[in-house]
Amino acid sequence: MIDILVYITSGLGALFVLLAAIGTLRMPDQYLRISVNTKAATLGVGLLLIAAALFFLETSVTTRVLAVIIFILITAPVGAHLIGRTSYFIGNKLWKDSYIDDLKGKYNKTTHDLKGLDKTEENEEEVESKS
Amino acid sequence: MNVHDFLYYIILPILSISSLMVFIRFFKGPSIVDRVVALDLLITIGIGIIAIYSIISNKPTFLDISLVLALIAFLGTVAFAYYLEKRNKND
Repeated sequence: MIDILVYITSGLGALFVLLAAIGTLRMPDQYLRISVNTKAATLGVGLLLIAAALFFLETSVTTRVLAVIIFILITAPVGAHLIGRTSYFIGNKLWKDSYIDDLKGKYNKTTHDLKGLDKTEENEEEVESKS
Repeated sequence: MNVHDFLYYIILPILSISSLMVFIRFFKGPSIVDRVVALDLLITIGIGIIAIYSIISNKPTFLDISLVLALIAFLGTVAFAYYLEKRNKND
């Protein structure tokens, strides 16, 4: 019974890792590559670690596996966001077929601030009320 | 076919092929951001390979190394992102 669960979880985990690798090799854009990496690799490695926990069935192994999975689940989106932000600031262009760019003209290239429309209006009102 | 043979002849070759694909992207990558992302994914696949190898060799002590590798991958990505942005800012 446990063997069947180990087969299923390890097979699915290897499949998701393979999909992440194919996406990294074939996607045309940095941002699409970051998206594929973060989603597929987190799930794949999590399933592989769960396979190890199911195979051993000890408390020490299960706690270690849970620590690694929670750490990966917390840090993978943060790292992907940071590297995507840096890629936008460096000036990497989007793919030629992706025509929606919500951040166009909203990032200040020198001070690295995000200028939303509402925020600038509020700032102006505060300046006026103070003066 | 028991668990050992399944992991040894099917799962580990799949993980090896996927790490090879990521390594090709690591060499090809047009910009440095591609290389950082590929390095992150390479270390993450390494964590999976360590988990499978600990099942095959029946030694759960190897899972400690995967914790250290996850920490190093996150720190590397954050450091690269920080300094690439700084370099662009000072020019």
